[in-house]
Amino acid sequence: MNRITTLYSSTIGKKFIAAVTGLILFGFLVGHVAGNLKVFTGSTEAGVPHVDEYGHFLRIVGEPFLPKMAALWIARIVLLASVALHIVVVVQLAFRNLEARPVGYVRSKKSASTLAALWMMFSGSLIAFFIVFHLLHFTLGALPIGEFQHGAIYKNIYSSFQNPLISLFYVVVMGVLGFHLYHGVWSLFQTLGIDNPDRNKSLRMFAIIATIGIVVGFSLVPLSFMTGMMPEPIAYDPALLSH
Amino acid sequence: MKIRLHVWRQESTDKKGKMESYDLDNVLPDMSFLEMMDVLNEKLTVEGKSPVAFDHDCREGVCGMCSMVINGQAHGPKATTTTCQLYMRHFKDGAEIYVEPFRSGAFPVLQDLMVDRSAFDRIIQAGGYISNHSGPKPDPNSIPIEPGVQETSLDAASCIGCGACVAACPNGSASLFTSAKISHLGMLPQGQPERYERVGAMVDQMEGEGFGSCRNYAECEAQCPKGISIAFIGRMNADYLKATLVEPVDGRGKMHAQ
Repeated sequence: MNRITTLYSSTIGKKFIAAVTGLILFGFLVGHVAGNLKVFTGSTEAGVPHVDEYGHFLRIVGEPFLPKMAALWIARIVLLASVALHIVVVVQLAFRNLEARPVGYVRSKKSASTLAALWMMFSGSLIAFFIVFHLLHFTLGALPIGEFQHGAIYKNIYSSFQNPLISLFYVVVMGVLGFHLYHGVWSLFQTLGIDNPDRNKSLRMFAIIATIGIVVGFSLVPLSFMTGMMPEPIAYDPALLSH
Repeated sequence: MKIRLHVWRQESTDKKGKMESYDLDNVLPDMSFLEMMDVLNEKLTVEGKSPVAFDHDCREGVCGMCSMVINGQAHGPKATTTTCQLYMRHFKDGAEIYVEPFRSGAFPVLQDLMVDRSAFDRIIQAGGYISNHSGPKPDPNSIPIEPGVQETSLDAASCIGCGACVAACPNGSASLFTSAKISHLGMLPQGQPERYERVGAMVDQMEGEGFGSCRNYAECEAQCPKGISIAFIGRMNADYLKATLVEPVDGRGKMHAQ
């Protein structure tokens, strides 16, 4: 416990927490984007979209060892805790950094920092806002956007993304997420002390490829629905899901 | 050469400062930046005004005394060059040049362009040493060191402690300085006995002085007059995390099997 409090009290420790939670959230994004791409793989013979089946699988995964929804809730709690910790340590560090540089320069010129790195707080804040919006939109169905039917993922997505403003908003936020990841995914390796001159190029390349993959993968969904390239949802019997 | 200077003037730490402008007409391209400042001070003295206070010592790029942020960059626009090694030929005729002190909460302005960098001394005192016997001098090269490690350690040791990294960092972080000092001892066999104690003590001192946290911008590396790599910051992070999370507190206690 002493080690944890010592770690938390230092800036390197707080950055370690930001890096580890960032890594967890990055892992989540990779899984999320892979799951999303199931909207493109069609339906089962019984007419259930693959993405609906996948959503159902997430709810029952671990059965019969775990009760229904248990694994999903464990993942949700870990992810929400990661988001919360990520935000708390970063905000604490940001306040400290403001105090560390109380007076700015009359003339300032950046030599190396990228826009993505300088705008991390901005992109992060927008992503935090988006997470709330996105959960209200597609998890709880609490927003007056399109139709919402619990479990009918394909139908919900189809209905919401018919609105080009909503689709473009999602695409724009994915662009912002890309900025966050471009710096963040490399930065976490440096913070954890894993980067060195031997690996620097590979790690930065990894961050770039992962960022492009995630941004393009996520953006394809709203763009495809918005442009009318996707088939209309077909009603099916929800009982088909509970096999 | 003609130049127009905008210089930060501040009487003392607790007084408010402001930028003041001066025109110089007789600047020679082969003057160093500090010689140009000397010419300005000469002129100000003749006019009965108070000269601009600035730090300088060796004027050959090794002591780390000269500071100044010139046109927004620590030690000016030329990479891996201290202010004293910067020459007026590096500027265009008629240039407007902004000269400001190193800015950081932990570096209070003493007067004009002079800042108090003694926070760095206290970081060194906290752990920038090795324990050594005081007996006869050991044979040179009696401890074998891998050449790559030796060279990297010397790269870190080339830090002159000027504080440009802090001035350059948008967060006023001293991570590059502290990591260079930690690494140049911690990489060598002679520095191993205190390796994990050192990283803890020096990082604690750095944070106690009120420096900001590293955000991996790499501004420090770009503006460091010795071009010290942020690889040392990664190394410091790894050592600090190991010291805090892994290194045993009790290495000698009894253990039980089960």
